[in-house]
Order: sequence, then structure tokens, then C-alpha cells
Amino acid sequence: MMGYLIGAILFWILAWAFNEWLVRQKFRSFAANRAARIAVPVLFGVTILVLWEGVVRGFNIPSILLPAPSMIWARLIHSVPTLWADFQQTFLKSVITGYLFGCGLGFLVAIAIDRSPFLQKGLLPIGNFVSALPIVGVAPIMVMWFGFDWQSKVAVVVIMTFFPMLVNTVQGLASTSAMERDLMRTYAASWWQTLTKLRLPAAGPFIFNALKINSTLALIGAIVAEFFGTPIVGMGFRISTEVGRSNVDMVWAEIAVAAVAGSAFYGVVALAERAVTFWHPSVRGGQA
Amino acid sequence: MSMEQPGFFKDRVLPIITVILAILAIWHVFVVVLNAPFERDQAARAGTPITFMEILPRTFVQERPVLPAPQQIVVELWDTTIDKAITSKRSLVYHTWITLSATLLGFAIGTVLGILLAIGIVHNKAMDRSLMPWVIASQTIPILAVAPMIIVVLNSIGISGLLPKALISTYLSFFPIVVGMVKGLRSPEQIYLDLMHTYNASSAQTFWKLRWPASMPYLFTSLKVAIAISLVGAIVGELPTGAVAGLGARLLSGSYYGQTVQIWAALFMAAGLAAVLVTIVGIAHASVLKRMGVRP
Repeated sequence: MMGYLIGAILFWILAWAFNEWLVRQKFRSFAANRAARIAVPVLFGVTILVLWEGVVRGFNIPSILLPAPSMIWARLIHSVPTLWADFQQTFLKSVITGYLFGCGLGFLVAIAIDRSPFLQKGLLPIGNFVSALPIVGVAPIMVMWFGFDWQSKVAVVVIMTFFPMLVNTVQGLASTSAMERDLMRTYAASWWQTLTKLRLPAAGPFIFNALKINSTLALIGAIVAEFFGTPIVGMGFRISTEVGRSNVDMVWAEIAVAAVAGSAFYGVVALAERAVTFWHPSVRGGQA
Repeated sequence: MSMEQPGFFKDRVLPIITVILAILAIWHVFVVVLNAPFERDQAARAGTPITFMEILPRTFVQERPVLPAPQQIVVELWDTTIDKAITSKRSLVYHTWITLSATLLGFAIGTVLGILLAIGIVHNKAMDRSLMPWVIASQTIPILAVAPMIIVVLNSIGISGLLPKALISTYLSFFPIVVGMVKGLRSPEQIYLDLMHTYNASSAQTFWKLRWPASMPYLFTSLKVAIAISLVGAIVGELPTGAVAGLGARLLSGSYYGQTVQIWAALFMAAGLAAVLVTIVGIAHASVLKRMGVRP
């Protein structure tokens, strides 16, 4: 049993030493440098998993407290249909629908109040204030209003994603300089033309910032809303019931799915950002 | 100053008040619309015809309204804060204190951990390269999903009460602080670092006299995000413990028993608490920067 522990610690020390060596290297070719940059965090992740496995096996930690990664993986492979059903319910139905509605609504309201500085001055501080509130708390109310199924989760996600989008879009639309707006005036551009050709593109980085923040918020909102009542499917439902039945490995499998889904969602938004706001210094400089 | 006041009122206060009044007006309309079906239902069951003018006042005083009127929430808040002894389990002050203590403990641990990790990342290249991508990736993971498990697992090894909830808050508040502090500690420009070098400053001296002061604005910006998210963590952490105490428990028990007024009161209390906490961090931010001689 101690063999696992010693093996894991040995691996840890070796990986650490290798990483220390790797970050000091300057490779000739661009590709090798890039590979080294990726290899360092990957090795770190693998080390965590190996250490985790070694500690769990070495100290004989009961799987009810902390299952080993290999056990979680086995569980994940065996319960793909359940996980897929949960993923469909929570991610495809609640998160995506709510995210599209919430972001779309925030965007449209921001455009609608664009011509009224009075409304902007009133809505912006309130939007900023609401963004700092624990909005997840409306989940029980939404469950009462819209029932147990995915509709109530969509409502929670819409409310959570609306305000960041509103605030960021309004700020983004205001981000053009007076000189650029004057130029549009000298072209005799209408408000609409100025909006589509100058101000919306300039607002791009702000809008994508909100989209990125919201991608995480949406998933959190949907999962937490499921703690307040669901039909017998969904990631939040599965997590809370499997915790109750002490199937901790299933909970971890669900968390792994949520983590991958969340990262992939964020990644897709980040890729779209690179494609749309390719002109922005932060993208051109090669830094996210 | 006297010249500024009318402008301040017209530009800042007036629009906000208008929007708040508009929200309240819409709220009242919805109170009538959403609560009326129940009254009609009651009247139909009793077999008595009922006019709209009779329904109207009743929609504001229902015991379990679909949407409570704002004044009902204020009355409930007053009842459960001022009229109850603070030690009573029905006092909202008691529940708020439970949530607040978990929030603050988690926030404190998260801040210390986050700052230490950021210092490590800034001073060690291997840590930077291996940890930073994971810190960023972890922000895309819905970590709140883990909350019930942390609570139950810690309970089963005998740790219960404040600490498990605080750990969830720690987990949530820790990332904004790491990211903000790494940015802040790296914010001094090369020219200042070179200056420290010409003074033959040790790396500890460079840290305390240059990097640390330079990171303060970044730290406080992160702290504001972190305290708000700590509160969310503490509230969500209270959900799986089966509604014992705390604002999250009030939400949960309210939703079990259909006590909508109780849910809304807890929600308003949580919102007020978040506002107070963020304001305190904001005041600390302003006073620290003022003492450091930064002009806004």
C-alpha cells in the first residue's frame, strides 16, 4: 500500500524537477517552444491526478470520502446514458436556452436605451448593483412560478445573465471616442449606420467579456436551481441525490462532465471572440 | 460644491429614483395580475360572484401570494428583525449572522490563500507556467456544483457547522484574488524594477516597497468581486444541509412550505448584506488609496 504513496511522491518530485527544467529552456524552433508551454500545465495536471490516486490508495481513504480518479473514470464510462440524459436536461435545455434569451434580452435592452442618456444613468448603477447580488436566490421563486421542469431553470439563467450583458453592452457602446463619432458625422452617417459600422464593432470586446462571464454564470444558475426541485433528471438533481445516497464517485463523474462542458462552452465563446474581434490589440498580441 | 449639488442630483440621483419607481410600479401591476387568479378561484369555489374592484385590494394581503407586494416584504422584514429577539431561530438577524460569519471566514481564508499563491506565481516561473492555466480554467467550471458534496463529505468526517460553508466561500473567492493579485504584482513597469535593481534592493525589498503597494488597486477590485461571490457560496452551501440555519436555509424552507413572503424577505436581506459588504470593501479601498497618496 505504501508503494503507491511513495511512487506518487516520486512522480511528483520528478515532474516538478522536469517542469523547473522545462521553463528555463529556450528552444530554437517556434513549435518546440509552443509544445513546451503546453506541456508544463498538462504535466502539472497529470501530477495532481497521480498524486490524488497515490494518496487515496496509499492511505486507504474510503471511497465515500474521496474516490480515486481511476474509480471516477470507471464510473463515468459505465454511466454514459445517465450522464448524457442529465447533460441534455441541464445543459442543452436550460443553460443554452436561458443563455441565448438572457444575453439577447440584455443586448436588445442596451440598444433600446442607447438613445436615452437618462435611462442609461438610471439603469447602469442598478445593473451594476444587481450584478453583485446573490441572484441565485431567486431560484426557489422561479421554481414556484414556472414549475419543476427546465422552464424554471431557463428563467433563473435569464435573470442571471441579463444584467452583466446589459451593463457591458452599454459601456461598450459608449467606448468610441468623440473623434471617431465626428468622423461618422462628417460622412453624414445616420444613427443606425453609426451603430452598425462603428459602435457595435467597437463594443465587441465588451460584449464578448459579458458572454464569457455569462457562460459560467449560466451553468451555475441552472445547476443550483435544480437543488430546489426538478424532475428526476439533471446535473444538479443527480449531484444532490447521489450525495444523499453516498455514491460519491457518481457525483465526481457528474462534476467532471460539468467541468468539461463549462470549459468547452467558455472555449467556444473565446474562439468566437478571436474570430469576431480579430482587430483588437489583446487578440492581435496573441494574449487572451 | 454648491454648484455641484444640483448637477449631482439631476445626473445621478434622479434617473436612479425614476427607474426604481418604475420598477415598483411594474411590480404592483404584477402583484395584481399574478395574485388575482387565486382570488377568482376562491370566489368561484364559494359560489359568490366577485368584481375586479373587490379583488384588487385582496391581492396585496394574501398569506401565500404568488408575488408578494413590496409592503408585505417590508412588514415581514420588520417582524423578523426588529420584533424578534436576536437569539430566536425565527429572527432573520440570527440567520443573517450565520451566513455572514461563514462568508467572512471563507473570504478571509480565500484572500490569504489567494495572495500567497499569487506571490508564489509571480516569483516562480515553474509555478506560473503550471498553475496559471489551471487557475484560469477553473473559473470556467461551475464549482458551486461541488458544494453539496463538500458539505456532506466534511460532515461525515466530523467537521460540520461553519467551516464547510466557509470552505465553499474560500474556493469561490480565491480565484478572483489570485488572478487580480498576479496582475497587480506584475503591474510595476520594467523601468521601476530596474530602478530597484540600481538601488541593489533585495527581492524582499522590491516586493514590499514596489510590488505590494503597486498591487493595491488590483487587490481591492478583486476583493469586491470576491466578497460578493463569497456570500453566494455561503448561501448555496446552506442548501444541502437540510435547512437548519442561515439565509440559504430560509430560502429552502420557504420553498418547501410555500412561504413566498419568507423567501422574498430572505432574498432582500441577502441583497442588503451584499450591498453593505461591497460598500465596506469600497470604503476600505478608498481609504487605503488615500493613505498611499493616490489621487483619484
